[in-house]
Amino acid sequence: MPDYALNTSENTRRRHIKEVRFQWVGRIAILISLGFLALMFIAISVRGYSVFEQTHIQLDIFFDEAHLDPSGARDPEMLLIADYKPLLTTALQRRFREVQERREKRRLYKILSRGAVFALGEMVQKNPNLIGTSQRLWLPASAEVDLYMKGKVDVSLEEELRRLKNKEINWVNQLKAQGQIKKKFNTRFFTKGDSREPELSGILGAVIGSAFSLLVCFTIAFPLGLLTAIYLEDFAKKTLLTDLIEININNLAAVPSIVFGLLGLSIFLGVFHLPRSTPLVGGMVLALMTLPTIIIAARASLRSVPNTIREAALGLGASKVQTTFHHTVPLAMPGILTGTILGMAGALGETAPLLMIGMVAFIVDVPQGITDVATSLPVQIFLWADSPEKGFVERTAAAIMVLLSFLVLMNLLAVFLRKKLQRQW
Amino acid sequence: MFPSTNLQLRRAGRGSKLKEQIIIVGMLVCSLVAILITIGIVLSLAFEAFLFFRKVPVFDFLFGLEWSPQTAIRADQVGASGKFGVLPLLTGTVLISFIAMAVATPLGLYSAVYLTEYAKPKTRNWIKPTLELLAGIPTVVYGFFAALVVAPIIRNTGSGAGFDVSSESALAAGLVMGIMLIPFISSLSDDVISAVPKAMREASYGLGATRVETITQVVLPAATVGIVGSLLLATSRAIGETMIVVMAAGLAAKLTLNPLEAVTTMTVQIVTLLTGDQEFDSAKTLAAFAIALFLFILTMGLNVIALKIVDKYKVHYA
Repeated sequence: MPDYALNTSENTRRRHIKEVRFQWVGRIAILISLGFLALMFIAISVRGYSVFEQTHIQLDIFFDEAHLDPSGARDPEMLLIADYKPLLTTALQRRFREVQERREKRRLYKILSRGAVFALGEMVQKNPNLIGTSQRLWLPASAEVDLYMKGKVDVSLEEELRRLKNKEINWVNQLKAQGQIKKKFNTRFFTKGDSREPELSGILGAVIGSAFSLLVCFTIAFPLGLLTAIYLEDFAKKTLLTDLIEININNLAAVPSIVFGLLGLSIFLGVFHLPRSTPLVGGMVLALMTLPTIIIAARASLRSVPNTIREAALGLGASKVQTTFHHTVPLAMPGILTGTILGMAGALGETAPLLMIGMVAFIVDVPQGITDVATSLPVQIFLWADSPEKGFVERTAAAIMVLLSFLVLMNLLAVFLRKKLQRQW
Repeated sequence: MFPSTNLQLRRAGRGSKLKEQIIIVGMLVCSLVAILITIGIVLSLAFEAFLFFRKVPVFDFLFGLEWSPQTAIRADQVGASGKFGVLPLLTGTVLISFIAMAVATPLGLYSAVYLTEYAKPKTRNWIKPTLELLAGIPTVVYGFFAALVVAPIIRNTGSGAGFDVSSESALAAGLVMGIMLIPFISSLSDDVISAVPKAMREASYGLGATRVETITQVVLPAATVGIVGSLLLATSRAIGETMIVVMAAGLAAKLTLNPLEAVTTMTVQIVTLLTGDQEFDSAKTLAAFAIALFLFILTMGLNVIALKIVDKYKVHYA
């Protein structure tokens, strides 16, 4: 036992220091945690924002009829797939007359994206009158040129270590001097599906895939979860069966998500032979995962409706079912919807179970329905993060920014519902 | 107007007896789906795992020291059988979960203590939801962050200090997973700490204890059980986490506890085995289900224990 009587002021001082120190440890813990959050947002935004702009090169293109449509039939199908490459090479040759050697010419053509060909095709298909005319057009540059224009190529590096050589840089600088190369808003990123070329890839396919999956997930999980919650909260008598259901729901909420994916793989695909890699199966798996979240939230919300409401309804002659569906459930709905939206937000970010049911393929086309092969936004992020091309790094970060904005929107909606509609009893 | 309303009410009253019974039974059926899911999980995992264990003995799976699931093209090829020992995967999983918990436990607990005991309500009201943002971020985002930002930092610092750090390290994956778990631990412990009755704190203050002394000697001991429960839940989350480790931990099944090396986990192997070209029935594909069964039992066990502990704690102070 220390001798308090002799040493009081010293002892008090020590205890005070300890107090202050402890508070600071707490503050620092919170600061570190929030710091990580900030670091993550910054690291991703810094890498991702550049995708929203894309480098385009201005060229004079002559739509040569003799080459594109010699028969003059103007068949839209044929116009789309006609060979547009010579148009580009001629235009580039005319722009850079000093480039004569074959190998150099080939390198010159590579400053344009391979997507420039498709861009011309789509343009002519939409407006066949272009044929025979000469147009000044902005066409997408290749991924390497794009990275250079965004300052992401380390020019101080030795030439052999760069994918973009001095010659290309020289051409780009020539274009830059005359204002024939510039960055424009990247609509392609939001309106196209995946592609092997970074500069051609977009997220629309993944976004639509996610939307279809969530639609399936909602139509299954919401009614199922709501009815389960109502039953457990207002109707079930405490029996062994209801106990079992309760324990089950709590445990399901903590089962690793990948296990749900395996369930989907062996039951939905293996036993029922539903179409692989589709939002239908993806949504079903996500529904099973979200179900416990929705049930737990809905039960909490139903429980918060005061019993006086139920008693009043029963007292006026309503049956139990009427009381529940006419009074309790509508009053609990804001809370139920909030929980459901948060559950859906969780489902939107889920990746692992979708990998298991094959929604991980390379898919260019935007899915048209729930039985089309598709990926989802987080899976697309995973796929791009795995790609070796440097151009995909910024695209991964940008896709993450899009995913996070969707999540923020959903969370804001949930907060709004809670604040505006929920009653305090 | 009145009579017609009356009529409707009466009609609703008359026809409803049978209808209501049907509705109630319908709801019961819906709630059985939860049990069906669990049964579905257990049956599907157990069935495929059973097929696997007919090819590879259970003992070799549980205690084998080597994991190399390649299957040969011809039956007589060297190493045709593949090695299916789960121990290297288990050590990898445990190593990464341990690092994650070592990061998340102090940060989460101190945050929770500060928020419940010290922070003003105003500060608490914005810090708590901000911290919980961390829990809402998809794990694939953490994976990208781990692989692209954290792993290079660790590698550069490590090689600067003279260590040999592989580009995919257990440390990077564990560290980032730890960040993910912070809000998980902090909000669970927050509930537990808040549940300690005010009377206990006041008694302690009354005896002349400072706030730290009250927290460390009265509140935390009283909350220990609940906190342990929340740590167990977080551990189970760490063990089952997939995307962070898939993107940042690597594929090499090494039996090592060195956090600077690349290790692999059970979840990574499930993903690797099942996302390539796959044929049902091959030992390789079936092995994924055996690992998943193992994983399921492990996490389920942790959850059941944790939930029991937390429930008991609730009763204790209710």
